[in-house]
Amino acid sequence: MAPQKKDKAVSLTRLKKGQVMRVHSLPVGVLKAQLIRLGLNEGAIVVCFERLPGGTIVLQKRRQLIAIGHALAKEILVVFQNGGE
Amino acid sequence: MMENRDQGKRPAHLEKHVHVKSLFPGDDTGQTKVVLVGNPNVGKSLLFNEMSGLYVDVSNYPGTTIQVSKGEFGTHAVYDTPGIYGVSSFSEEERVALDIILEADVVLNIVDGTHLERDLFLTQQLIDMGKRITVLLNFMDEVETQKIRIDVQKLAHFLGVAVIPITAVKGVGRETIEKMLRSATEGVQREELHSMLHTMLSKVGSQAEALLMLEGDKTVAEWHGVSPGNHLEEIYVERRNRVNYVLNQVLQDDHAESHVLHTIGRWAMTPLTGIPLLLAVLYATYVFVGKWVAVDLVGFTEIKIGQGLWEPWIRSAVASVIGESWLNEILVGEFGVFTMTVTYVLFLLLPLVGAFHLMLSMLEDSGYLPRLATMVDRSLAFLGLNGRAVIPIILGFGCITSATITTRLLTSEKEKTIATAILQFVIPCSAQMAVIAALLAGAGFAPVLLYIGVMLCVLVAAGTILNKTLKGESQPLLLDLPPLRLPRLANVLRKTSIRTYHFMKEASGWFFVGALAVSVAQLTGALQVLVNALKPLVVHWLQLPPEAATAFVMGVVRRDFGAAGLYHMSLTPLQIVVALITITLFVPCIASLIVMMKERGLKEGTVIWIGTFVGAFAVAGIVSHIVM
Repeated sequence: MAPQKKDKAVSLTRLKKGQVMRVHSLPVGVLKAQLIRLGLNEGAIVVCFERLPGGTIVLQKRRQLIAIGHALAKEILVVFQNGGE
Repeated sequence: MMENRDQGKRPAHLEKHVHVKSLFPGDDTGQTKVVLVGNPNVGKSLLFNEMSGLYVDVSNYPGTTIQVSKGEFGTHAVYDTPGIYGVSSFSEEERVALDIILEADVVLNIVDGTHLERDLFLTQQLIDMGKRITVLLNFMDEVETQKIRIDVQKLAHFLGVAVIPITAVKGVGRETIEKMLRSATEGVQREELHSMLHTMLSKVGSQAEALLMLEGDKTVAEWHGVSPGNHLEEIYVERRNRVNYVLNQVLQDDHAESHVLHTIGRWAMTPLTGIPLLLAVLYATYVFVGKWVAVDLVGFTEIKIGQGLWEPWIRSAVASVIGESWLNEILVGEFGVFTMTVTYVLFLLLPLVGAFHLMLSMLEDSGYLPRLATMVDRSLAFLGLNGRAVIPIILGFGCITSATITTRLLTSEKEKTIATAILQFVIPCSAQMAVIAALLAGAGFAPVLLYIGVMLCVLVAAGTILNKTLKGESQPLLLDLPPLRLPRLANVLRKTSIRTYHFMKEASGWFFVGALAVSVAQLTGALQVLVNALKPLVVHWLQLPPEAATAFVMGVVRRDFGAAGLYHMSLTPLQIVVALITITLFVPCIASLIVMMKERGLKEGTVIWIGTFVGAFAVAGIVSHIVM
């Protein structure tokens, strides 16, 4: 896979299983509050635990697993860490 | 620290929210109110059960569908609350928890030692609310086996409250519980937030409400008749940063999870392994609920006890009292309130609903359902639903009535409406499926394909049309996946009995009303009028024999009655398909109809009801004219 530019924010839908990234920005409103509660604040480092057919993403942060639907994943921007590995 | 727990007189504005006291009449107001608060699946109920023992009051929270349990521990009143990730008014669960937490004298905050990052957010929020709390660090057994190191003393120091490690499944012990209650204190807040709270406190009654006002909580703002604040994001981000900072100081966890359940959890989400697993779970449910309970156990209770012992006894008993009269028919006739209804409620519905809730509680406690919801999330998008909706839909194959209740767990009204309509319209319940399978088995392979094909088309068409026409937004999936755990039998049984009891309590009365209506309709000849009115439609439009009309009308009383009525007619394979399509799509049974009316309101319920009626005849008629 082509290495991603380290500082470029892309939507969560772009990431693949096993990739590590930093949360860059979240959608505003209630969803943001809910994401922050679960530990997905801006700046959090997360791993893509699973990417399911159709684009539902499962993120892992420490032992926490969070499933994010495609529509929401589109609105979350992330920056790849370690050149996309 | 600020004074906020005025035990005596309450400010007038507080009268606007529901009082825990009014929930459980006869409460001793002098009792200290202890409230258990925590994220979902952290072991609240286990601790609650240990504290309260056998005598527990379960009450429906006014204006909601949520049940709240109250028990006693010594002189303390103990309340269990729904699992929440934070205190606010984002969902029904949160609103209920908020109400109870506001009245708490002591909050026991249970956290999952293996998920501190998530759980401590709520802890810090409770501290910011100025509540007296004790943090109970649960799952210490797992913390040890997974080699997670938590500096408990340091954590207590940072939070400013006592932190007590426990393993709720092994029992906590009276002494420790007393210690928890004794050591509850107010914790440490950020300096900045503290001064913000001070300013707000002059306008509202308590620090807890002041915090929620600052966080822009609509419910609390409404009580005070002011517009909510707009510091939500700022306070949340700061709180999250604070929690992360504390965790960096107290937590050492660099061992990845590798145990078996973790792997199964992963398998449950990916289609390649998740679909076979789902089929296995469905098959197990079918064998347990559909065969052992619905056929074997109910066969015994309904036929042997109900129709064999109870009904003859009550018939002769009633006859000896009132003799021969029209009242006989209503009380002990074919649809009598003492005959059919009692048999139906006690000897058919009770075992079925119990078995159903047992399976549901087990699946719920295991953590499987959120993974299933994740797997199917995208495929439900075209119906305007997210992955969560898979739970009511799957449950619908068991019993539409119970499944309709579980549509509560969906986030938006639009999703609840779509899920309810799909359940009532397309999904056949287990009782119906047994008869459908038997009828189709005799019809041959092509009719089976035709039936399934039509059903799938209707499901997709109905979902798409509702999704396009209904106003409102569907929420995207955002789901915390709890660790997969083996369910605890005691907890599962307790949950099952509480839910079954409440379901029966709510539904039973309506069955009597329904049976009474049918008896009266039969006595007055109204039932026959209805059947006659349907006949032309059945004969000309559906191209079925006129007797099918009776089967359809009976289908309203009980879905499987309708299908069973078709047994004795001589139908061609294609007629069987048309009749079954009608029966499946046709109006739901009385019980599910009533539950739907209660859940979705009279107006929406009626629209869905009429919609299924019209839809059933339209689809079946079109199929009939195409194939015959």
